[in-house]
Amino acid sequence: MPTYLDFEEPIRELYEQLDRARDIEEKSKVDTSKTIKDLENKILDTKKEIYSGLTPWQRVQVSRHPDRPYTLDYIEHITDGDFIELHGDRNVKDDKAIVGGFGSINGKTYMFIGHQKGINTKMRQYRNFGMANPEGYRKALRLMKLAEKFNKPVITFIDTPGAYPGLEAEERGQGEAIARNLMEMTQLKVPVVCIVIGEGASGGALGIGIGDKVLMLENTWYSVISPESCSSILWRSWEQKEIAANALKLTAKDMLKNKLIDGIIKEPPGGAHSDRETIFGNVKKEIKKHIKALESSSSEDRIEHRIEKFCSMGAYKEPAKKTKTTAKQ
Amino acid sequence: MSWFKRIKKGITTPTKDKKETPDGLWFKSPKGHIIETSELEKHAYVVPADGYHKRIGSDEYFNLIFDEGTMKEINKSLSSGDPLKFEDTKKYTDRVKASQQKTGLKDAIRTAHGKVDGQPLMIACMDFKFIGGSMGSVVGEKISRSIDYCIKHKTPLMIISKSGGARMMEAAFSLMQMAKTSAKLTLLSQHKIPYISYLTDPTTGGVTASFAMLGDINIAEPGALIGFAGPRVIKETIGKDLPEGFQTSEFLLEHGFLDFIVDRRELRDKLSQTLRLFKN
Repeated sequence: MPTYLDFEEPIRELYEQLDRARDIEEKSKVDTSKTIKDLENKILDTKKEIYSGLTPWQRVQVSRHPDRPYTLDYIEHITDGDFIELHGDRNVKDDKAIVGGFGSINGKTYMFIGHQKGINTKMRQYRNFGMANPEGYRKALRLMKLAEKFNKPVITFIDTPGAYPGLEAEERGQGEAIARNLMEMTQLKVPVVCIVIGEGASGGALGIGIGDKVLMLENTWYSVISPESCSSILWRSWEQKEIAANALKLTAKDMLKNKLIDGIIKEPPGGAHSDRETIFGNVKKEIKKHIKALESSSSEDRIEHRIEKFCSMGAYKEPAKKTKTTAKQ
Repeated sequence: MSWFKRIKKGITTPTKDKKETPDGLWFKSPKGHIIETSELEKHAYVVPADGYHKRIGSDEYFNLIFDEGTMKEINKSLSSGDPLKFEDTKKYTDRVKASQQKTGLKDAIRTAHGKVDGQPLMIACMDFKFIGGSMGSVVGEKISRSIDYCIKHKTPLMIISKSGGARMMEAAFSLMQMAKTSAKLTLLSQHKIPYISYLTDPTTGGVTASFAMLGDINIAEPGALIGFAGPRVIKETIGKDLPEGFQTSEFLLEHGFLDFIVDRRELRDKLSQTLRLFKN
């Protein structure tokens, strides 16, 4: 049973009608093909209409949609199953909230790394809801270094409600693990493309998010804090999450406008979850395109541009000079 | 016994005749030790009876560390923009203005270079009293520029962290300061210039998860709260009370994330020694 968000109600109703029409055709052998065709068109139109006018908070909801594809779904489809998962940080353990390994696209090997969420209650617990411990970030770094050694481009998929705020996580240096990744990813000699496929929450997202190109799917969010937590801190209540979502400017469109990301990957009408094949295709195409372009420059140039890009992010005022907002290379 | 009884009820002295005891004559440590503030100042704001380190700001640190008359502050006038036109219960620009007026500071960090026992040093020092020492674009840019100075003048860098983390009102801009400062530190590292990270109470969130943990050596003040997630959040997540001493400097030293802890009264000497050992 697919899940529908509250604002997707009209879509659900149309799907119900479609099911009924198909039922009638099957049972009474009445030709309803025209009705079906009309309904299918209407569904597409409704999806387009609803999804073109989503509010930031609604996009946050879509980014967390339980039917949305997760990292391993992307890897599986993009590589046509030609993927070997690699485990462990070689120090403490294997973090299930971050996965990674070698895989291929059209005969070329890539290193894929990403946050992984679970598809049901049991798996969600197993994956710790996509909230990584320090081991996850250290595993990711180990795999990136492995990719660098064998000259394979790195693709990361970001989808996390945040790094895990647990006791052991602190003991083993959650802050250090993320900080180390920021510094090391800056200096990786191979091309790095980071894609936000769901939630991009704060340091937990950024910990695998330093790339030559940082892209966001259309219905995802990326910010320093979730709208709910922002609301609870600034308004002392969770109720202002919609206002917080607006204020944080966390949508792909806002992030691109503020030059904090490099591009947006379009989702099919109705969101990534409503047409998986299309989103997998779009993501694969973007990866190939960007890696091809990045591989045409030297690793020194890439690293220099990467540093310049992140160093130019910021908005501050300095008297005698004009207000500076983010300017990119 | 009428002199013993209050005849007229309430306070009868007019406000203009009210006598004030000057504020801050005394300081009381959490353990209850009382000391005169002038005396406290002589001890680098550490209560001698129990070693409690009072929170201090950039002014005090600069005075404590630099040789007299050698300090020069740079990029003084940088202040916050409002890229997102952020407004919660208050406009972000108003919040910044109010904090500037209250503290006399421009933002949550000041950068200055000077000498320590004749050895050059650049210090970027955070101020907690400015919006919780939160990291926004100004903090990122000032650190970035102080690194430029360090590379140009081959001067070691020390960052004194004291921060609640990212500045929410700058949202993703603030998040990207973690990337910015870390990226910039790779340049310092490439030039083989020492970076000393000094963590003080409190250092949490995005600051811990970026430059504060990336020192060539990481050192801390005794008893400082240092962590990624705040204690309240962790407590809510795990649903248990936290062990005593959790997320203190001593805890971090024990778990291998600090090189040593240094009492503020010995900071200058230790720093001078460290700089000498890096150099010679």
